[in-house]
Amino acid sequence: MSENTNILVVGIGGQGVMTATEILAEAAITLGHDVKKTEVAGMAQRGGVVSSHLRFGKKVLSPQITPGTADVLLGFESAETMRWQHMLRPGGITLMNTAKLVPPVVELGLFDYPDDPIAEIRKTGNKVVAFDATSIAQELGDIRLGNTVMLGAIADHLPFPAETLLDCVLKRFQRKGEKLVELNRQAFAAGRAAVGAAEAALA
Amino acid sequence: MAAVMPIPAASRVLMSGNEAVARAVWEAGVKVAAAYPGTPSTEMLEVISTYPDLYAEWSVNEKVSLEVAIGAAYAGSRSFCCMKHVGMNVASDALMTLTLTGVIGGLVIAIADDVGLSSSQNEQDSRYWGRFAHVPVLEPADSQEAYAMTLHAYELSEKFQVPVILRMTTRINHVKGLVTVGERGEKASAGFKKDPARWVMTPSGAGKRIPLMFARAEALRKEAEASALNFIEPGSDRRVGFIASGPAYMHVKESFPDAPVLKLGFSCPVPFEKCRELAALVDQVVVVEEVEPLVETELKAQGIKVIGKEILPPQGELSPNVLRPAIARLLGEPVPERQSTAALQVFPRPPTMCVACPHLGVYYTLSQVRNLTISGDIGCYTLGAGHPWNALDTCISMGASMGIALGLDKGRGEADKDKRVLAVIGDSTFLHMGMQGLLDIVYNKGNVTVLLLDNRAVGMTGGQDNPGNGRDIYGEDAPRVDFAKLVEALGVKQERIHVVDPYQLPVLFKTIRDEVKVPEVSVIITDQPCVLVKDYHKLKPFEVIDDKCTGCGNCIDVGCPAIHVTRRGKEVKASGREVDLAFVRIETSVCTGCGLCVQPCAPNAIVHHVPVSPIKLVKGCGV
Repeated sequence: MSENTNILVVGIGGQGVMTATEILAEAAITLGHDVKKTEVAGMAQRGGVVSSHLRFGKKVLSPQITPGTADVLLGFESAETMRWQHMLRPGGITLMNTAKLVPPVVELGLFDYPDDPIAEIRKTGNKVVAFDATSIAQELGDIRLGNTVMLGAIADHLPFPAETLLDCVLKRFQRKGEKLVELNRQAFAAGRAAVGAAEAALA
Repeated sequence: MAAVMPIPAASRVLMSGNEAVARAVWEAGVKVAAAYPGTPSTEMLEVISTYPDLYAEWSVNEKVSLEVAIGAAYAGSRSFCCMKHVGMNVASDALMTLTLTGVIGGLVIAIADDVGLSSSQNEQDSRYWGRFAHVPVLEPADSQEAYAMTLHAYELSEKFQVPVILRMTTRINHVKGLVTVGERGEKASAGFKKDPARWVMTPSGAGKRIPLMFARAEALRKEAEASALNFIEPGSDRRVGFIASGPAYMHVKESFPDAPVLKLGFSCPVPFEKCRELAALVDQVVVVEEVEPLVETELKAQGIKVIGKEILPPQGELSPNVLRPAIARLLGEPVPERQSTAALQVFPRPPTMCVACPHLGVYYTLSQVRNLTISGDIGCYTLGAGHPWNALDTCISMGASMGIALGLDKGRGEADKDKRVLAVIGDSTFLHMGMQGLLDIVYNKGNVTVLLLDNRAVGMTGGQDNPGNGRDIYGEDAPRVDFAKLVEALGVKQERIHVVDPYQLPVLFKTIRDEVKVPEVSVIITDQPCVLVKDYHKLKPFEVIDDKCTGCGNCIDVGCPAIHVTRRGKEVKASGREVDLAFVRIETSVCTGCGLCVQPCAPNAIVHHVPVSPIKLVKGCGV
């Protein structure tokens, strides 16, 4: 089992979690890996919880990641990143967007949004690297670049070169023109840089 | 969907189980494919409709879709039909006699069981239908098998002239894995040959066909015994051997790589001899199946000693996480402990209705009307049972809102004599199975107010086309049903039929309040499209003028996810009563300007958002 790489991508419906995982899967395929990708996404289009499992290696059997065996957790939203901490293996790493998307049940006063999700995660002893992907995307001019920022963020935590993933990202935008390809290239680089800087600050 | 150039043969591509089945259906030379959308089966037909050289349709319900497929198979063509597990309950009337007539052209029925309840009202095991109808069941364990077994199912179907069930689960339908695809083979249609003794099922005809069905079942068991889809991997650790099918097989292989395993791909009829062969190899046999103990029970009846649901759960998905401790306990070994962190507690995040969903207006209004018992149905609007509306009291099966409403009316006791009964149903659900129920209400003079939420889409499954929106599966124009005329034709009085814009809250409120008082059947049709389909047009977004907001929270009760609380406070009223305040903002980047929240806002604090230059707005908004 340990010869497979297990990546868990989490967030809420509509954030692009499933697409991001699909691109990660494409990158793993180009390297000749066996790949399985699966979601737990009950009625995901309606703002519910989404967790997308990606497993790759020589041969993948179960599509689901067993709790306690994820190598990397890529979180698109703060509270959702907290929710899935039990999936990480000891020594696994969390890469998280600091964005907070507050659901109606919290707005209605029925539940509280955690005050400091990063601190809660740190308390578990799990390694967490946090960055503001939404702001990075906004600075680049389009919030929709957030997805590519997130993929840039995980690029240096994969058992294959970041460029392989970048190629798969850019392939998606080729037909939409050079301008969009360039913007996504920048977003990817910005995500990588943000994680690099955050890790350097932790060290 | 428009046809695209299919991926060339021999390509190895990442496909979901649904996509893999669709590809195989096309390659098998299928001529007719029909379905009603239902998670997790929906994408099968969506993808099939992108392939050339076949006919695909969204049928009005699963029974009709199966009947269409049966007709094509009687005509000698290969046909396909798919549905979610509960769809087969609807289609089963056709299935149970189809098994007597059999088919000429191959007929495969893919049934998607929602094991783990990701988006369903129950968790039934469709493998029962194989036993009930005496038809074979194939169970793929991943996308490649889903592809290969679909192709094999057509061979089997034609060899035995029997419909074949392909039993899938969410963890097959929605998992993507690598599939090597092949070429399309053209299949000539044999043509329909008149044979009333076979195709016209009367008591005498059926009496003669039943023995043939049982003889076929025996032949199928022999086929299963010899089938390459059922194979034993001898393993090296003979303490426990496993009999497994579907995704459970993968979990067994992952958890116990050295154990002997009998993989059942052709799992009904159960190949008893193969099971005995495995049993002879090992100390104990554990049957690992999702979800009911079907194979287990049949093996026990055969006197084969097996263990199953004594140690494994009869509900939900299996996984290595479930299997490993169960087997460790069986062997008296220490249960392996995980070293991962304990789960952190976070608020629940249930699915919500979309920003500007037309149902928001309906449920906000229903939450403001007292003394209602609300009979609900299946679709996005089932979410009306949740916060903040709490405005749906029952939900059981497609179209059931009608009959249950009538039953609530006729069965009312003294305690309910002042309650008004209201039924809520969506357009597609109404056409699926609600029309008959409404006819029953009319015919039996029920006192029910029906809210027919026409959003021109099968919303919950992704906005598929249906007879209510005037487009077919290919996106081409199709006759659009006129709901007002339809319900009038069912016998609802013209003056009791109202078509209302659900974004006009005062009109909606008055119409509902007036109609529930009328002691006969009324139908209120709302007529705004689902925000996820192309009929929907965005308007200018709104924003909250901060210093005008009084924190009353009325807008929050609409339930739109674009409204966020900025700060909370308390106020002591003149009466001495303390009330909670919640001051709000609107996320203008997602607001589409429906105006629902504007209407209950007492201080008129919600106004059109004026973009402040030079901030660049997200594309698609602010226009």
